[in-house]
Amino acid sequence: MVKEIERVGLPAVQICAIVPIALTVGANRIVRAIAIPHPTGDPKVEKEEEIELRKKLLRTALKGLTEKILEQTVFK
Amino acid sequence: MKPVKVVHYLNQFFGQIGGEEKAGIHPQLKTGPIGVGQLIKKESSDRFEVLQTIICGDNYAAEHLDEVSSLVSKWVEEIQPDVFLAGPAFAAGRYGMACSVMCKTVQQKLGIPSLTAMHSSNPGVDAARKEIYIIETGDSTLDMKRVIPKMVGLAQKILDKVPIGMPQEEGYFPRGLRINVRAEKRGSKRAVEMLLKKLRGEPFETELPLPQFDKVVPAPPVTNLAEAVIALVTEGGIVPKGNPDRIEAHNASKYCKYFIGNKNDLTGEEYQTAHGGYDPVYANDDPDRVLPLDAARLLEKEGVFAKLYDYYYMTVGNVTAVASAARYGREIGELLLREGVQGVILTST
Repeated sequence: MVKEIERVGLPAVQICAIVPIALTVGANRIVRAIAIPHPTGDPKVEKEEEIELRKKLLRTALKGLTEKILEQTVFK
Repeated sequence: MKPVKVVHYLNQFFGQIGGEEKAGIHPQLKTGPIGVGQLIKKESSDRFEVLQTIICGDNYAAEHLDEVSSLVSKWVEEIQPDVFLAGPAFAAGRYGMACSVMCKTVQQKLGIPSLTAMHSSNPGVDAARKEIYIIETGDSTLDMKRVIPKMVGLAQKILDKVPIGMPQEEGYFPRGLRINVRAEKRGSKRAVEMLLKKLRGEPFETELPLPQFDKVVPAPPVTNLAEAVIALVTEGGIVPKGNPDRIEAHNASKYCKYFIGNKNDLTGEEYQTAHGGYDPVYANDDPDRVLPLDAARLLEKEGVFAKLYDYYYMTVGNVTAVASAARYGREIGELLLREGVQGVILTST
């Protein structure tokens, strides 16, 4: 899906836990998620900390949208 | 050995009626083998006996596939052969399509084993490769002499109920079937041997061919994030509680769009996951763990980006066909682009 969104000319970043799959299916902008059943959360930490974690992930993803890339890139 | 009764399907050209000018002829039934049918008889050492040959023009068949295939299966039902053969069609598209559809129909309707042969570029291959055996041929009749024995051999195996070998051994197109086999060497040994061959630059055959995916040139980046509209999309199945649009838990047949313009947070009271491929406990407890709305709102307030798009798009990415996912992505992308969105954050589980 993310690849096809990007194909229409809209930068799209994928947050997913299994980076090799994202690379295989051809996502151009990738951010590693926390885990498969909770990509943007961590049930093991306190609520406030979890939101901070989520914000950090989104900041990385947003940074990924602003970078000019020439090939598939995993943002950290 | 018991003789094998065959009905054989041919187009107007191989049926020796004529060329393109005869491509409009209606299906007709002729007694005995014609052309390729003689070869089938010969290659089977006279065991295969073509009782009747059905001939139909390429155009007529391709334009009336339903009509022709039901007539053909009616005829075949009356004749009651042991096997139904069609072609080979090589790279001829209309002919290949007809061969595949005739075989598929006869086999499914009557339970009579049916097979055909054609080139990999023939659209007939994808029309029926999962249902019937289609022997792979070269792209011209030059390959006839090699292909007929293959067709005859495979048909004989099916009739004699002999186990059918792998696609590359028997020369048919992979049908996408998985069967358990006992290998001589264990998996780790085979894997290391394959790896060594790969390192030495020698040819090797993978046991798990990966589907081929194409690459997309990266889209231009968001130039000014502080002024950008950002949208959230997820394949993780987050839906309003109760799944009002009844999206499927696997192989989703659609994508959905939900308004979040008045929400700062997704709660388990109002949202849930409809995804059938992961443990739903964490997402149902706090759906922001899959669709990060709360954090996105905070960043929006901080001015990191201008605005979060008022809706989110979602589907269930769980054994969803690549072709469907590609279509959903394309349509969502076009819709978002039209709505003035400049960047997309997509989460998957």
